[in-house]
Amino acid sequence: MTAGKYLQIAFGVIVIAALIVVPMNFNRYGLFILSQWAVMTIAAMGLNLTLGYAGQVSLAQGAFVGIGAYAAAIMTSNGLPLIAALGVAIVLCFAIGWILGYPALRVQHHYLAFVTLAFSTLAFLVFRNEDWLTKGIYGISNIPRPEIFGFPTRRPLPFYYLCLGSLGIVSLAVWWLIRSPWGRAFVALRENPVRALSLGIDTRRYTLMAFAIGSALGGVAGTLYAPLTQYVDPVPFSLALSLDLLMMVIVGGSGFFFGPFLGAMIAVLLPEWLRFTQGYYLMLYAVAVILLLIYSPTGILGILDRYMAERRTKAASALRAVAKSRLETAP
Amino acid sequence: MTAVLEVTNIKKSFGGIHAVNGVSFDVQEGEILGLIGPNGCGKSTLFNCILGQLTPSDGEVKVDGKVVTGMRPSELNGLGVSRTFQLLQVFPKLSVRENLILAGQEHQGNMLSRLLGPSDAGLTAAADQMIGFFKLDHLAKEPAGGLSYGQQKLLDAAMAFMGGPRLVLLDEPAGGVNLTMLADLKDRLRAINQEKRATFVVIEHNMEFVMSLCTRVMVMAEGKVLAVGSPAEVRANPAVIEAYLGH
Amino acid sequence: MSNLLDLLVAGLATGAIYAIVAVGFTLLWQTSQTINFAQGEFVMLPAFLMLAAMQAGAPFWLAILIGILLSMLLLGLGFKMLLVDPMLRHGVLPLAIATMALAIGIKEAVKQFWSAEASPFPSIVPTGDISILGRPVALQSIGVLALAILAVLALTTLLNRTSIGHQMQAAAQNPTVAKIIGVPVERMILFTFLINAFLVALASVLITPIYLAKFSSGEVLGQAAFIAAIVGGFNQVRGAIAGGLLIGVVDNLAAAYVSTQYRAAVPLILLIAVILLRPQGMFGRPEERTV
Repeated sequence: MTAGKYLQIAFGVIVIAALIVVPMNFNRYGLFILSQWAVMTIAAMGLNLTLGYAGQVSLAQGAFVGIGAYAAAIMTSNGLPLIAALGVAIVLCFAIGWILGYPALRVQHHYLAFVTLAFSTLAFLVFRNEDWLTKGIYGISNIPRPEIFGFPTRRPLPFYYLCLGSLGIVSLAVWWLIRSPWGRAFVALRENPVRALSLGIDTRRYTLMAFAIGSALGGVAGTLYAPLTQYVDPVPFSLALSLDLLMMVIVGGSGFFFGPFLGAMIAVLLPEWLRFTQGYYLMLYAVAVILLLIYSPTGILGILDRYMAERRTKAASALRAVAKSRLETAP
Repeated sequence: MTAVLEVTNIKKSFGGIHAVNGVSFDVQEGEILGLIGPNGCGKSTLFNCILGQLTPSDGEVKVDGKVVTGMRPSELNGLGVSRTFQLLQVFPKLSVRENLILAGQEHQGNMLSRLLGPSDAGLTAAADQMIGFFKLDHLAKEPAGGLSYGQQKLLDAAMAFMGGPRLVLLDEPAGGVNLTMLADLKDRLRAINQEKRATFVVIEHNMEFVMSLCTRVMVMAEGKVLAVGSPAEVRANPAVIEAYLGH
Repeated sequence: MSNLLDLLVAGLATGAIYAIVAVGFTLLWQTSQTINFAQGEFVMLPAFLMLAAMQAGAPFWLAILIGILLSMLLLGLGFKMLLVDPMLRHGVLPLAIATMALAIGIKEAVKQFWSAEASPFPSIVPTGDISILGRPVALQSIGVLALAILAVLALTTLLNRTSIGHQMQAAAQNPTVAKIIGVPVERMILFTFLINAFLVALASVLITPIYLAKFSSGEVLGQAAFIAAIVGGFNQVRGAIAGGLLIGVVDNLAAAYVSTQYRAAVPLILLIAVILLRPQGMFGRPEERTV
């Protein structure tokens, strides 16, 4: 057990070190892709909280990324610091998420999916049509990259470190949240809301919280997305992004802490690796997702989890068998 | 002295069928009230009306003199009313200890402290004590879904006591539990009742269990109260014998 | 007020197509808890199958026939056996996600193997205007409307008046009981998939002449049908029909009287309002909640 723990910690340290060291000699494009992975992982972690832990289906995570991106684009273009935009994005997305969550309380849970689907398209229309605020279809260009404690992040490598650092902070916060009593309450309301209610768990408040926090993380991802691409227009924030994020969470393994990391990696990096297939890569991606879901609806980490569980029960039954044979051979 | 639970003229109908048809009773502090009656007589519906899972069509429920009719189950739990369900309702993926911490955590601190405070809400010791009390010691770290049925039933009951409730409504705690465990369960319930002055209402089909555990027994039939009295009185009541014990 | 009549007729015509697509959508939901996010792509694809058949030299009528048959084979039988059957036991959500992936796959396949550009598609009904009450009304709209109404009537007759229809409804409402009373539930579910495939192919024939054949045209259409199904009532065929007509009319009127920029917002706001005020849909029955 302890050996396994050390192995896990060692593995974690190696991965983190690799994420810091290996990209040092990446080119501009490679760093862009890796930064994009970090940003999408943050958004997917938010959705994983809502969907994987609290069991609420949201089809609006892409819209929250958009709200965050526009908040950053508009505010930093007007000379305000990115950290202020981050604050605005978090508060805005949290509040909207909270309000959107209300219909979910009244009716069966697939209706939250419908409401969020409608919201996602409405948000897209606002991004596209409110020229005075968002510059419409022309978009906002030349978005500055921030200075962090006096360090400029204009170049790709420092900006990648900013994204990676943000991912680290968000990961710690989410890890804290899901092992706190709140995380336990989220799981309880996903697994058995009636019993949760009878144990004093205010399922309404926790449902709204899960949805609002998940949405706020979408906003956080958005405030990084804007300075990453340095150009924001409505197209990337259509319903398609929400569906992509949903797929990332499910493919990685919803309800697993590391699911979003894997899911975002597959969604962002796989198309790059499949680039040699030219136009066929999205088709291959779609087929791969379907095959994976048929084989394991709980995603990639679900396969791993099953394998581990099987090994554990095998080990346990082996132990029992040994104990039994000892009993039988005993005089 | 006011009763811990006062139920007045509760009615509940589903599409013209009166599942509960004007039930009134009260439970004094420290009592163990048994609730018996044939299947479909409205016992579980009555529980659900008292506990806010269902809204009664008519009538009033008071806890410690305070009207609680129509309150949500979580609010009622906050007032010290807890319950078990007829079917097993543990969280199979959480460990035994986690199940118990979950059952108690909403009674510790506030939303903020539950977010920023320790992961176990300071309940590990209390949970382990409860685990010891229900003799589940070696199973603390096991996922609840891996326990035997009887063990899960004990855990289910133990969860109802984690918040230190004043009033516990148990819906068939003995159903499907083997004889040794049954004796244990009865023994544990009695101990909690005496040490903590907790008040119980118990729905149960196992007559031996009810008659030996409860201080008072209420018999329901067709949505109404048929008889109330000490176990001996109820056992001797001809109407009860005809309606229920007779066959 | 320039040509309210024309707007209404055009609205009803697109609405009738939405209705056809929405009915298929609700049928799949009712019989096998499939929320088909690829329904829009299901409408987009048959038009390309028909275009391909025409390119191979088939006359228009034969191309339509081939398109419908291929659609029933691929989007009916194939969809059910290769995707829904293996996924169904995993629950509603993974299946819904798989249909999202399928939507991407179909879109990309068409873009790759056919073209990213829009292709024209011949109209099955005569084009031009006729005069009604002294106003010009597009003949195409009336033709589409008439065909769509015919299809809906045929479908409701099939569902309500025939033994197969009754068996299908029984299989949808309570498969366990249906099985006990001897309904071949599995075959009935297959029928609903075939009917859905037929309906989307029909919708494809009707709508493609108006909006052209393009790989991405399924997105808007799928969403409209989705909204129509929810607004009308997710679990009722007549709800889906009414919802489709309503969304079609609302959409067309909004384009004329609200603003072209926010025309798409009007059905969405209608959707949110319905979910808040009458979640079972305007014509649906409440789904039982499990306590």
